[in-house]
Amino acid sequence: MLKYMADAITYGLLGLTPGTHLADALNFFLYDTVKIFIMLSAIIFAVSIVRSFFPAEKTKKILSHRRAFIGNIMAALLGIVTPFCSCSAVPVFIGFVEAGVPLGITFSFLISSPMVNEIALVMLWGLFGWKVAAVYIAAGLTVAVFGGLMIGRLKLEKYVEEYVYQVKAPEVELAELTWRDRIEQACQYTLQILRKVWIFVVVGIAVGGLIHGYAPEDFLVKWAGRDNLFAVPVAVLIGVPLYSNAAGTIPIVHALMEKGMSIGTVLAFMMSVTALSLPEMIILRNVLKPRLIGIFAAIMAVSITIVGYLFNAIL
Amino acid sequence: MKIKVLGPGCKNCKTLEAAVVKVVAEMGLEASVEKVENYGKIVELGVMMTPGLIINGKIKSTGRLPKDDEIARWIKEEM
Repeated sequence: MLKYMADAITYGLLGLTPGTHLADALNFFLYDTVKIFIMLSAIIFAVSIVRSFFPAEKTKKILSHRRAFIGNIMAALLGIVTPFCSCSAVPVFIGFVEAGVPLGITFSFLISSPMVNEIALVMLWGLFGWKVAAVYIAAGLTVAVFGGLMIGRLKLEKYVEEYVYQVKAPEVELAELTWRDRIEQACQYTLQILRKVWIFVVVGIAVGGLIHGYAPEDFLVKWAGRDNLFAVPVAVLIGVPLYSNAAGTIPIVHALMEKGMSIGTVLAFMMSVTALSLPEMIILRNVLKPRLIGIFAAIMAVSITIVGYLFNAIL
Repeated sequence: MKIKVLGPGCKNCKTLEAAVVKVVAEMGLEASVEKVENYGKIVELGVMMTPGLIINGKIKSTGRLPKDDEIARWIKEEM
């Protein structure tokens, strides 16, 4: 139905000839924007409802004094359903450590929470299909579990700022939400997010549309195809400064994939954008000493690169 | 009445602070609106998800931007 609508506007209303660059680019743009906005609204709403059942306070209790591995898996999974924004990363970190959540398990949570986020999932699902989105979730969870396990194994507690261990948090009774509260808050949240990302989505899809309509079919095969071993690490590096702009970057990457970028490179790039970001490292400096930030960034960079190579090899 | 807005200074925290100041002014109340930006203090007050809103020592909301009428209702509860 959306396809029909996009066709009607491009070829009917505007009278463009099918097959021309302009018509292709515009048709692609209309179809994708409408589809993505419908999916974003529906999925952000659904995710917010689920999240209203998993406040950080509850997650903290579940993870407190867990053993490695099982604890890391639980933390990575809870990272998906616990609400999280980058400005909460530091208080969440302090709260977890204070509640006795082991450092490695706290990291599994901190890695998975921004990486497996609903906006990245919608964009991947909408543009690449559900299989790629599922692969992304599985790979993201794996990176979160193993990254956290490594940090736990390395005994890096001394590289956390001392004041973190002095903080004492009170026991907090959370008010029980009614279904009405949950729905109302989910609506509010959905609107807030849409207001924040719409411009990135539109610009991203527009640029993607231009690439789709105008760039030659195989112009990226040489640079970003699976045979170029540098493609994955370079994609990871480019992703570092692009924090939380999954909304704007995925449509562009999608168009690039049509022009020859390989899937492993795409996934590595996405993970780097969401989980290995310079602004987040700067925020985490409030609780972590530079050495631990360095180790964290190195573990993430290496594991994301491995994921990239792996999927380039098997898909 | 003591009102605390908790947040490290991100956009949502500033928006909440502005909303609280506006609601307090509209209600013509004498209330102190304090901004807590220190991370350790935020956690010690019992909040992990910012922005947080505490009125007279009670946590009213965390991790979201409440609407103006919700803020007004919470202030009334504490009067």
